[in-house]
Amino acid sequence: MADLATLYDAFRSLGEDPGTILAPDTAHIVAYGHQLVSQQSVPGVRIEAHADEQGVHARVVVAAGWLVLQPVHLCFGLFERFGVQNVDLDLVMEAGAAATFWSHCLFMFPDMARHAMDARIVLEDGARLSYNEVHYHGLSGGIEVLPRARVQVGEGAHYRADFSLTQGRVGRLDVDYEVEVGRAATAELTSKIYGHAADAIDLRERVHLNGEDARGLVKTRVAVEDQARASVTGATYGNAAGARGHVDCLEIVRGEATASAVPEVKVSHPQAKVTHEAAIGSVDERQIEALMARGLDPDAAVERIILGMLG
Amino acid sequence: MGTLLEVTGLGLALGGRPILAGIDLTVARGELHVLLGANGAGKSSLAYALMGCAGYRPQAGRILLDGEDVTALPLHERARRGLALAWQEPARFEGLTVADYLAIGGRREPAECLREVGLAPEDYLGRPLDKTLSGGERKRIELAGVLALEPRLALLDEPTAGIDFLSQAEIEDVIRALRRQGAVLLITHQERLAAGADRASQLCGGRIVCAGEPAAVIANYKARRCRRCDGETCNG
Repeated sequence: MADLATLYDAFRSLGEDPGTILAPDTAHIVAYGHQLVSQQSVPGVRIEAHADEQGVHARVVVAAGWLVLQPVHLCFGLFERFGVQNVDLDLVMEAGAAATFWSHCLFMFPDMARHAMDARIVLEDGARLSYNEVHYHGLSGGIEVLPRARVQVGEGAHYRADFSLTQGRVGRLDVDYEVEVGRAATAELTSKIYGHAADAIDLRERVHLNGEDARGLVKTRVAVEDQARASVTGATYGNAAGARGHVDCLEIVRGEATASAVPEVKVSHPQAKVTHEAAIGSVDERQIEALMARGLDPDAAVERIILGMLG
Repeated sequence: MGTLLEVTGLGLALGGRPILAGIDLTVARGELHVLLGANGAGKSSLAYALMGCAGYRPQAGRILLDGEDVTALPLHERARRGLALAWQEPARFEGLTVADYLAIGGRREPAECLREVGLAPEDYLGRPLDKTLSGGERKRIELAGVLALEPRLALLDEPTAGIDFLSQAEIEDVIRALRRQGAVLLITHQERLAAGADRASQLCGGRIVCAGEPAAVIANYKARRCRRCDGETCNG
């Protein structure tokens, strides 16, 4: 059975300091598979979590007006070769609250496993949330990751989400995020993914700019090599006066890998404006040569450029 | 001063079109050698061929660096042997900071090199090396990058282009510093810079048509009959 020591060891192996993640003044949830190992609330952050055969169920509420200084940590993982982890998350940022969340997803050992996240995130008026999801995967590629999120961003609120899966094999990744942005609110979604071998990546992110002067940015950086495959759909809909959105997708392809990008922009209000840019291809030859001229061999130069883009 | 770079009979064609032909060129240790010529004369192509850039592998001739034949060596191997190039239009990178860039292959402290090109390290080291930098800033950072490498031979492709005239003196100091530590092959359109060189060569139509004392080469260049290079040599 896994315990906190298992997590400590895993974090140390990744060069992270588990002491800061699970400190007494830090709110957190720790779950392996369908086992809830630890949960901790702190003033301003109320965590109610339980686990059953269906999965881990959690409700996190950041109280109105609270500025939470320490990041809130959500640690999910599987430490066996086979398994399933379903996570059902309700996250509420009450009016004027501000917090940073780190979601650490540790799947370093599975040969055949699945992690599914179903999240409902609500930012009430004036709230600010920075949600960082970082995956640490092993080299087997036997993990299937299925994150789903429905996000509502209230008036004047700010939502920033960063998804990163650049260590180890992706396995199969199917991301589906949908964000509704209210008046004078902003949403920024950034995804950085590095696929190898036979990894399969499907990424769908949709931002609805429903309020006046709403702002949205969907930024995707994907690199695939070997026989990996990536399909990226970044969509932004401008539905109100003054709404401004941008979709920015860059994919780098190496070896026999394949990638596609579908930037979708749609405007249903004459005073809204949404733009997009997408580029797929190999690494810019000039960039490679510029680094080779500093002594890097071609492979090291390409790797440096890709890791810079995904960094 | 011994010979650092010796180029003999260098010929280069791109897409079947001759770009360089019969190039003979030597640069001594401690020398500042200027390449002059109209747009399209082949100056940058010669720099790329010397550096070993893809697509600029010569079909004829050979390149010796400090007596070693580097003609068949790839770009990064030439860099490791002390050749460095400050690109006319330096590349930009997403996710790479100025500090990251200067540290790659660097032997000197990045902050020190930035100061020498007139940039405050505290303002620039953490900045991304992307389109948020102006053309002039990027050019200075490129020069700082060459300084950091401490090359034996620095190839500088129009290093002062895009730099405000108040800062030209700083760039000239950098060129002098690079000459002191090795040698410099400088491509420039600035007469004052060219006049201060030790020697000069004039390219036209992919050939060196005049070489020697800078004053004589500049005079020959100014008196050239062609206004742009069309493959025919002039005043040779």
